This record gives sequence, C-alpha cells and structure tokens, in this order.
Amino acid sequence: MAWRIVQWLALAALALWSLFVGVADLSAAELFGGGGESLRILLTSRVPRLASILVAGGSLAISGLIMQRITQNRFVSPTTAGTMEWCRLGVMAAIIFFPDAPALLRVGSAFAVSLVGTSVFLAFASRIRRSDSVLVPLTGMMLGGVVNAAATFFAYQCDIVQNIASWLQGNFSLVICGNYELLYIGIPFMALAYLYADRFTIAGMGRDTSTSLGLDHSAIVRAGLVIVSVVSSITIVGVGNIPFVGLVVPNIVSIFRGDSVRGMLFDTAWLGAILVLSCDMLGRLLISPYEIPVGIILSVVGGAVFLALLLGGRRHG
Amino acid sequence: MIVLKNLSKKYRSSAVLDGVSASLPEGKITAFIGGNGAGKSTALNIISRLIPATSGTVEIDGVPLGAWKSRELAKRLTILSQNPFTPARLTVEELVEFGRFPHCNGRPGAEDRRMVEFAMECAGIADLRNRFLDELSGGQRQIAHIAMAVAQDTKYILLDEPLNNLDMNRAAKVMKLVRALARERGKSVVIVIHDINFVSFYADFVAAFKNGKLLYCGPADGAMSPRVLRGVYDMDIAVEERGGKKLCVYYE
Repeated sequence: MAWRIVQWLALAALALWSLFVGVADLSAAELFGGGGESLRILLTSRVPRLASILVAGGSLAISGLIMQRITQNRFVSPTTAGTMEWCRLGVMAAIIFFPDAPALLRVGSAFAVSLVGTSVFLAFASRIRRSDSVLVPLTGMMLGGVVNAAATFFAYQCDIVQNIASWLQGNFSLVICGNYELLYIGIPFMALAYLYADRFTIAGMGRDTSTSLGLDHSAIVRAGLVIVSVVSSITIVGVGNIPFVGLVVPNIVSIFRGDSVRGMLFDTAWLGAILVLSCDMLGRLLISPYEIPVGIILSVVGGAVFLALLLGGRRHG
Repeated sequence: MIVLKNLSKKYRSSAVLDGVSASLPEGKITAFIGGNGAGKSTALNIISRLIPATSGTVEIDGVPLGAWKSRELAKRLTILSQNPFTPARLTVEELVEFGRFPHCNGRPGAEDRRMVEFAMECAGIADLRNRFLDELSGGQRQIAHIAMAVAQDTKYILLDEPLNNLDMNRAAKVMKLVRALARERGKSVVIVIHDINFVSFYADFVAAFKNGKLLYCGPADGAMSPRVLRGVYDMDIAVEERGGKKLCVYYE
C-alpha cells in the first residue's frame, strides 16, 4: 500500500513538473497571482498535453499487455504486430475517400482496418509453433512493413504524403484544448480491460486451459482485439504513432509483479504513463527551444529495451 | 458416468479413433493405455470438449456433451492437457486459484479459498505458494497444474499423461493423490498413462487402445495379462505377482 502511495506521488510530481516544461515560460507566481497569459497556456496547452500523454501512455501499455496474453508471446505489441501500420492505412483510406470527414470517422476507419489486419496477424501467429517465439513479432513487423509500403504508395498516388508523414512519429506538441479529447475514448476500454483481467490471464494459458475452465477462448481473443484496436486507432489519429510502449512496459512490470493481468494492470498503466511522460519531457528539453517528437525518443529507448529482451529472453522462452 | 457411444475421429482419411464405445465407472480411477498414436489422448480430448468428434457421442451424466453449457461443464469436469502452457511468472497460488474460476468468476469467497488451500496441501506444494512458476523445476510445475485441477473440485478429473517430467518419487505421490481423490472424495479420474505398473497398482479400470479401437475395456486386473499387453504394445511382457498386485516386466 505504501508503494502505491509512492507511485501516485511520483506520477503527480512528474506531471506537475511537466506543466512547467516548454517553450513559453510559465511562472508560478503569475499563476497564483490570478493567471493571465500563464493560465491560458496552462489550460489550453500544457494540461491537455499532460492528459493526452497519461491516457495514451497508460492505454497503450495495457494494449500491449493484452496482446501479449492473447498471443501467448511476450514480444508482441501493437508496434510489433503491425497494428499501428494497419491503423495508418485506415486513416489514409478515410482521408482519400472522405477528405472532409471529422476525426471520429478517421478513428472508425482506423479501427475497422486494424481489427481486420490484426486478425490476419493472429491467424499467422497461431500457425507458428510456440517455441519459435521470436518469429511471431517478426511476422507482425514484416506484415506491418508491407502494409506501410502499400500505404505510402497510395499516399503518393493521391498526393497526401505529408499527411502520412505526420503520423510516422508520434508528437504531443500539437495537442491543444479541443483537438485531443478523442483520446478519452480509451478510458472506458481500460476499465473493460480491468473487468476482463482474469480472462486475459487464462487466455494466456491457451485454448485448452480456457476451455477446461469453461471459457470461450475465441471470445476473449476477440474482446482483446477490440480493446487493442480502439486504443491504437485513437492514439494514431490523436497524436500519431507512439512505438514500443506496449512492448516494453508489460515486460518490465512482469519482472516485479508477475504475469497475472489483474495484479499488473495498475502498474502497467502507471509505468506506461511515466515512460511516455518522461520521454516527452526529454524531447522538450534536449534541443530546447525546439522539440524532438516523443516517437523518435521512444523508438530509441524502446528499441534498445526490445533488443535487450530479445537477447536476454532466451532464458524464459 | 461418462459414456462413449461409437466415437470416431478422422484426420483427412486416417481414423485416429474408430467406433469406440465404453462406459467409464464413477468414483474409480480409469486408465487409458496404449502405444503412441493409439487414440487414447484423442479420446480424452473429445470427452473434455477440446476437440470435436467426427462421429459418435459422449454423454456426461446422461447429457450429451454438446448440450452442456461450457461453464456448467467446467464445474463438473476438468482436463489437464499434456503440455499445459502458462505465463511463466504466475505464482503457484495464483495458478491454483484460477482453478476456482468456473465457481467464483475471479472473486474467490471463503469456500474457494478453502479449496485452494486443500488443493495445495494435498499436492504437497503449500510451501511453494508464493514462488513464481519459472522458479520451479519441471516436476514442481507439473504438480502445480495438477493442484489447479484439484482446486476446480469437479466430479470428473481427466489427466493427460500427468506423470511426464516426474521422477519415480513424485510420480508415485501423484498417483497416491489421485487414489485419495477417488477413494476419499468420490472423484472419477480418467488418466492417460504409459507406465503399466502404475496402472496395475493404482487403476481400477482400464481402457486399452490399439489403432483407434478398444482392445480391452474392463477391470484393471484383467488387463494385466501377457495376452492383453502383447496385443496393446506388440511385445512380450511377463506378469508377476507381488504383494497381491501384478507387476509387469517389460525389459530384457
């Protein structure tokens, strides 16, 4: 319990600090003195940015956890399963066919395409023997690469390359009040993940054990797919590709908390939020007054941890 | 009672199970024996609804398998598969507690807690309760899975080669646990097993498979004859008496 308090305090402190990191200087004195320009920046930019980071970080980490359970493979996440690429294809289709469509329709399109695409990935994954655990994410990344190439091709054809490029690297710098609220759709799905926590753990024990315990394994997988696709879609449309969070965070939490989804859900969301928030702040600070997109920083950090897991992972298999 | 009626399973053109009919007695230990690929695991998997039969029916307590709601059946029948896969970092206690899922839906009450304790206690792994599965030996992991099946507290317990990975000592302990479940708690246990002497010493009833057909189905004592065993395993097996039980010698 004491540890929980420490966790909340750490997150709160980091969050508070993040409000004061950025190009425009916020002065605490001015804020307490009645606001003015500082209050405006705080409410229209810094707080929305913080909220979107926390929601995106937490929900992406949980998505990764769910994917790892339903594929029984700890190297799988929306990034390594190609889900993010399918989302991008869906967004592009929406832009080509309905150029003036609202963001919600783009989310819908991304969701539909990623649901189909991730199911295709699962169909591939289920044909790979469990012992070839590294082959599964490789398959996903290969599929994602093909989808990405197709998306880029059509983007050239339709002259919307710049649109596509803006989703390559996730970026919270464009988040302001009024354009990020879509991300809140992820919150009820995190609650759903909590309700389904035990089922996801059982699904991680395979179809036979699930059946023996009276559960429909395919139904759990479908529920997981929906959660993952929703979260990935709103993240892509809202802030762009945030890579590796879903891969790295559950694996780190697992070392300390074990693999029971119920037991690790809070810590996974917490660490996801902390990781994305610190990487975003790093991006704001490193070449200030310019910014490095959080996607690039996460690619470097996440890629390194992924490699470490791959190389060290032989022990647990 | 588990009743198999004319059960068949075909993969493409080859029949793995070919018209098997049998009634497995209640409150007893039934051993499925046979060579590799004889159909015993297939039969067990069909009984536990893990794979569908090509033709024929299975009845559990007079109700056809397909008519059972999966959750209701999970309170009456459990199966431990041959190589259960589990996320490596569950604790023993967490794993065993998942056996209560059909009863408590993830919110264990006092009765569920009691069953979890009982299962760990009689499997002899209560002292390992807080250890992660990836910190245990293969044998201990196997026993933790057996404890999970015990915690499910079903009338029928199906075990597919549970003695894999176990040394003689542990294997004997598991068989004693199985015997206690049948004798003291009235469970009906169906167990796929290769070591014929464990069958002789612990099983009450034997179904012997050969090429997808039942070669013998009856009391265990009757199966322990050189003639039946020769039919099942295609080799000469000497049978000797030892303390009132039959001991099979299958090496030269």
